[in-house]
Amino acid sequence: MVTLKELTKEELFTSGHRLCEGCGEGTIVRMTMKALRGATIITNATGCLEVASTIYPYTSWRIPWVHVAFENAAAVASGIEAAYKALARRNAWDRHVDVIAIAGDGGTFDIGIQALSGALEREHDFLYICLDNEAYMNTGIQRSGATPHGAATTTSPAGTKIPGKPEFKKDLIGICAAHGIKYAATASPFYWNDYITKVRKGLEVEGPAVIHVFSPCTPGMRIEASRSIELARLAVQTRYWPVYEVEKGKYKLNIKVAQPKPVVDFLKIQGRFRHLFEPQFQHELDTIQRWVDENWKRITELCGES
Amino acid sequence: MKRCTALSDAGKLGWKSLPIGGILLEPGSALKYKTGDWRSSKPIVDEAKCNNCLLCWIYCPDAAIIRKEKVVAVNYDYCKGCGICANVCPVKAITMVEERR
Amino acid sequence: MRKRVPREGDNDGGGEKMSRIMGLTGDEAIAYAAKQSNVDVVAAYPITPQTIIVEAFSEYVANGEVHTEFVCVESEHSATSACIGASLTGARVFTATSSQGLALMHEMLYIASGLRCPIVMGVANRALSAPINIHGDHSDMMASRDCGWIQIYAENAQEAYDWVIQAFKIAEDREVLLPVTVNIDGFVISHSMEGVNVLEDEEVSRFLSTRKPVYTIDPDKPVTVGALCLPDYYSEMKKQQAEALNNSLGVIEKVNEEYRGLTSRGYSAIEAYGTEDAEAAVLCLGSTAGTAKTVAKKLRDVGKNVGVIKPWIYRPFPDEEVLKAVHNLKALAVLDRACSFGAPYGALCSDILATLYQNGKELKVFNRVYGLGGRDITPSDIESVFNEALEAAKTGVVKENMKFIGVRE
Repeated sequence: MVTLKELTKEELFTSGHRLCEGCGEGTIVRMTMKALRGATIITNATGCLEVASTIYPYTSWRIPWVHVAFENAAAVASGIEAAYKALARRNAWDRHVDVIAIAGDGGTFDIGIQALSGALEREHDFLYICLDNEAYMNTGIQRSGATPHGAATTTSPAGTKIPGKPEFKKDLIGICAAHGIKYAATASPFYWNDYITKVRKGLEVEGPAVIHVFSPCTPGMRIEASRSIELARLAVQTRYWPVYEVEKGKYKLNIKVAQPKPVVDFLKIQGRFRHLFEPQFQHELDTIQRWVDENWKRITELCGES
Repeated sequence: MKRCTALSDAGKLGWKSLPIGGILLEPGSALKYKTGDWRSSKPIVDEAKCNNCLLCWIYCPDAAIIRKEKVVAVNYDYCKGCGICANVCPVKAITMVEERR
Repeated sequence: MRKRVPREGDNDGGGEKMSRIMGLTGDEAIAYAAKQSNVDVVAAYPITPQTIIVEAFSEYVANGEVHTEFVCVESEHSATSACIGASLTGARVFTATSSQGLALMHEMLYIASGLRCPIVMGVANRALSAPINIHGDHSDMMASRDCGWIQIYAENAQEAYDWVIQAFKIAEDREVLLPVTVNIDGFVISHSMEGVNVLEDEEVSRFLSTRKPVYTIDPDKPVTVGALCLPDYYSEMKKQQAEALNNSLGVIEKVNEEYRGLTSRGYSAIEAYGTEDAEAAVLCLGSTAGTAKTVAKKLRDVGKNVGVIKPWIYRPFPDEEVLKAVHNLKALAVLDRACSFGAPYGALCSDILATLYQNGKELKVFNRVYGLGGRDITPSDIESVFNEALEAAKTGVVKENMKFIGVRE
C-alpha cells in the first residue's frame, strides 16, 4: 500500500492524447505507469487507447510501446518476452524487462481470447491488463462478450422487441484462473491503491498475470464525463463489479461490500440502460439484480466469505 | 505548436526522410498537441480549500493536474474540462466554470 | 520414433572438410539452415507439409544444440505476431508454414513488412482449401504475393538451404529490413531427401554475424511502433516500403556474390538455362524447373533450340533480368502452379506479360496452369509444352493463350 504523495510525479503516459473527456482508460493507464518497477515494454491491441495515444507523428508514450493488431497483444508480448530470454542466453542483454500487454474487452474476451489463452498456457512472464469498457467502443459502441445483459449498443440496440443485449457477460477471470496461472485479479479505477498494488503484484509474479479492470466510457456508457470515477465506485458498491484476486487458484475478496447499493443506482446514471426503466422492460432490472446477486454469491463463496 | 490537420501538407516529411516503418522516435511528442481547446468548461481550484489530498491528480485522465508544494493547480494547456476533479474532490475545492471563447 | 534430425558427423565420410554432404529433405534442409543461422526466436505452428521444419527445430532445442527460444504458438496468426514482437527487440527470427497457415497469417504478413521486421519464413507451398488438399502448389504464396515480403522460390533442398542462409543476410541488411519467404514445393521437395552440401557452423556464423538492428524497442531509447497513420502520412509510408522492396534486388545480388565466394554456388534473381540460343522457352518457379531443364537438355540434344527460365526471386519482380533472359526468344510458355480465379492469366504470367508488353517485346507468350493440389507434372507434359512453344515460335501463332493442363474433362 502506498500513499498518493509517494507515487512518482513522472508521467510516462503524457497529456496530449485524444482519449475522450473523462475516459477511464486515461486514468487507468496513468495509474499503471505509477506501478512500474523498471524497464517496461507495452504491447497494445487496437482500440481506443492505441488509436488515441499514437496519432502519427504524436505519441503519449515515454516507454517502448508496440501496436501490431487487434487480437494479438498477448502473442506479440509472448514474442518479446521470448526474444529477451534468447538475447540474454547469448549475452546480448542483461536486465529483466517487464512486458505488459494492454487490450480492451474486444481484444480480450472475443477476438483476443485465443492469443491470451495460448500465452497463459505457455506461461510467458508478462502482465495482461484488460481495460473493460464493456463494448467495442473505438469503432462506435458495438457489443462484445463483455457487454452486460440489457446494455444498449449499436449491434444490440434497445429495440421495441429486444431491449439491449440478451446475453450475459463472460467470466474472464474464471477463464484465466482455469489456466492455472499464479495471479489473476479484478479492479476498479476508483480504488487506485488496490489497482496499483495489483499491477505491481502482477509484474512481480513470475509467469503470466491478468488484471481485469472496469473502465468507464463517457460516450459508450452514456454518462456525464465528470461521473466516470463515480461510476467506477458505484460498480463496486452495488456488487456489480466484485473486486477480488486469485493467487495460485485461491480466491480472495479485496473489497468487501457489506451494505450493497441496489444495482439500479449503477444502471440509472448510464444512458445505455435507460430503456430498461420503461414500464415494459422493468423486469429486466430484476434480472440484472439477480445476476449481480448470484455472481456475488459465487465469487464470495470461492473467496471463503459467507 | 502546429495543429495536426489531415489536409494540410505544410511541415510534413516526405517518404525519403520519414523514419522507417512508421516508427516514432520522440517519446511523449503528444505534449506538442494541446488538448486544452476541447474544453467547454474549466476547473477552478480554490487554493484555500485544497488540502492537497491529490485525488484529483490521480484520477485525471489527462495528467492535467499539477502537484505543487501545498496545493494543486490545473494545466489548462491539456485540461479537457471533463470535471472528474471537481466530482471527486472531497472538500469541494474545485468548481467547473463555463468557458466561452 | 525414427531419428529424423541429421546429427553432426552424419556425412558420408568422404570429401574435404570444406564440403560436407548431408542427406536432408527440403524441410530438414530449411531447419538445418535456420539452426546454423543462430536464430534467437522461432514461433511456429505445425501444418502439413511444413511440419518437419518445426519438428526438426524442436529437437535441436530439446538437445540444447541451439540457444533459440522456441514458442509453440496456438495458431499461425499468433506465430507471425510473436515473430514481429521478437524481431522488434533486435532478435533474429524464423518461422515456417504452408497453405491455410499462410492464409491465416495474411493480415500479419502486411504488418511484418510494414513494420520492417527482417523475419525469415520457410514455406512448404501447399494448395489452399476448399477442397482441403495437403499437397503442393503455389496458391498459398500467390494469394499473399502483395504482402511486401521478399519471395524466393527454391528448386530443391540444396537451394532451400542456401537461400535460407542468404535470406537472413538480405533481410537484415540496413538498406532492406524486410521479411523474406523461402518457398519449396510441398511434398515434392519438402519430403524428398537429397544430398545437400552444407557449410560448417562457423562458416555460417561468419557469413551472417549477429544482427545489427536499426531501431529496437529498447527500454533505454523508447520508441513507439505501430502508430495510427491518417491519410496525411500513410501514402508516404507505403511508398517508402515499396522503394525498399524494389531496391532489395541490389542487396540480393551483393549477398549472392558473397555466398558464391564462400560456397562456389552461384545464385541470382533468375536462373536461365539455354536461353542464349533458344527460340522457345518455359518459365516456371520451383521444382518444376528442374524437370523442365532435364526435358530441355534432352530436346537440345536432338537439335531443338529450347531453354528454361527459372526466377529465384519472384518479389520484388526482377523485370530487368526477365527481359535479358527472353531477349532472343520467339515464344515463351509460362507455367503457373496456381489459379488466379477470374483473372485473364495466372499471377506469374500476368507479371511476365506486363513486363514484356511495357518494354515492347513481341515474343509469343502463352500461359499454362498446372500441378494444382499436388497433381504431378511429368516430363512428357513438359515436352508437349515445349513443342507448343516451338510451334508458336515457328508460326507466330499461339493456339490457346491460357489453359489448364493435365485436367480431366
